[in-house]
Amino acid sequence: MTIALPRFALRIPDVSYRAYRVWQRTRDVYLRLWKSEAIWPLAEPVITLLALGLGLGKLVQLDSGQRYIEFIAPGLLAVFPMWAAAGECAWGSFVRMDTQKTFNAIIATPVGIEDVITGEIMWGATRALINGTYILAVTAAFLLLDSPLAILALPVAYLSGLMFASISLSYTSIARSISSLNYFFALFVTPQFWLGGVFFPLNVLPGWAERASWFIPTTHVVTIYRGLVEGSPRWSHLGDLAWIVVVTAAFYMVAVVSMRRRLIQ
Amino acid sequence: MNEIIHARNLVKRYGDFTAVDGINFDVHSGECFGLLGPNGAGKTTTTRMIACVSPVTAGELTVAGLDVRREPRRIKALLGVVPQEDNLDPDLTVRQNLAVYARYFDMPRALAEERIDESLALFQLTDKQHQTIWALSTGLKRRLAIARGLINQPKILVLDEPTTGLDPQARHLVWQKLRYLRGQGVTMLLCTHYMEEAAHLCDRLVIMHQGRILVEGTPDALVEEHTGREVVELHLRGPERETVLAQLATLPGLTVEEVEDILYIYARTADGRANIAELAPESERVVYRHANLEDVFLRLTGRGLVE
Repeated sequence: MTIALPRFALRIPDVSYRAYRVWQRTRDVYLRLWKSEAIWPLAEPVITLLALGLGLGKLVQLDSGQRYIEFIAPGLLAVFPMWAAAGECAWGSFVRMDTQKTFNAIIATPVGIEDVITGEIMWGATRALINGTYILAVTAAFLLLDSPLAILALPVAYLSGLMFASISLSYTSIARSISSLNYFFALFVTPQFWLGGVFFPLNVLPGWAERASWFIPTTHVVTIYRGLVEGSPRWSHLGDLAWIVVVTAAFYMVAVVSMRRRLIQ
Repeated sequence: MNEIIHARNLVKRYGDFTAVDGINFDVHSGECFGLLGPNGAGKTTTTRMIACVSPVTAGELTVAGLDVRREPRRIKALLGVVPQEDNLDPDLTVRQNLAVYARYFDMPRALAEERIDESLALFQLTDKQHQTIWALSTGLKRRLAIARGLINQPKILVLDEPTTGLDPQARHLVWQKLRYLRGQGVTMLLCTHYMEEAAHLCDRLVIMHQGRILVEGTPDALVEEHTGREVVELHLRGPERETVLAQLATLPGLTVEEVEDILYIYARTADGRANIAELAPESERVVYRHANLEDVFLRLTGRGLVE
């Protein structure tokens, strides 16, 4: 007896080592433009630490007795790399996909569309890692790191970078124009920046909001960083890590299917 | 002869729209094969299927004996694609564009550097090699796009409208390079709506219209067969036009086409050519000229604007 299986659009992506070629290409462009690319990520975290950490922090008394600047440091480690990865795979990828037609140029070679998508996400995560490394250095310079475990923030920066890059590229794959990326940043990225548990503890929110925050990616990333920076890792952090891995895998598949649908016609 | 591209009953549909409607053709190794037709004829869609970036809806399509559905990566390694759109990396230099592209083919660095030097010299880009792309003229960009398409020493160079938007000097320079490559035995698939370009470069061609192939042959044979070698263009109005039309009806070997106030008179036989000389219309606007592919094309597809 034969069974007619339904045809799923989902299949194992045809990814090869050539994704690295795509990563190399974007790295080469970055190395040419790094000064203008780097100025914003270099300046903003320092400004934030000065303004909110030292400025506003003078007026803030936390229940835990922690200094406010120490409280926000792990959060900054989470959200600025988020901006880097999300920005790269939104504006950066959109320009490469649509304005410059770079993806079309690449897929005319043995590099396939799934390699392109994977390479883009790997590069987005690399931007998060570069950014995370810098912020780790800045927070260390402000003497805000309590534990050598903080060094583990780097692999977490790459992993969470993969997540934000996958989510971002999924949105980019359906964006009609570069200005429609604003929806993504206004409704997804910026709210996480301000409401993801970086600038105030989530337990000050009403119960329902605190529970809803479980669905927000940054919450899990910030939670892990707090454990690492304060030197108090907990088993529950493995749950946060698993959450990140699952969401990354899901959005990676969304990006692959959706981008393929857009570009391979 | 060795068939390097083989298409049978090739179909491409986008929803209800049929872009390519069951075409058959073969490209032989070492020739320049042209796909001619207006915008929207299905030329670019056909090349996209050959380049394995657009899935085939139905029919058979092989490149170097490989099935486009099964072995896209192997086929793409054999092709050099020069797209219609400018998709060079604008922030990289001329040289970096070639180096990055060579890497997509897994070319060892030393070999890539050697080929890049050769390509730059061939396309007269050596002086510009450290310039960023956005500073280049359209003609230079097009030459670089062709150089890029050749970096992997492809079995087939696929060119989609290689001279659209170029000024006459730049266009002739591109043609000269393409003729040189043809002389070197590079197989080329050329999509164009410039009949002059096709006549200049193609050994054989097909004329496409609305997703179908209308005719196939060498440029000269197509002209000979469909229009004859000579054409008279007459701009006439009113009673004079009626007189000439009446006169033409009595002369054998001539075909007439009327478009607004112009009469195109084709002499397809020796009689016809003699008769053309007999016509002595009282018009100051008479043009005697050789027929070309454009006449063939317009005769086959109609002179009205197809939208």
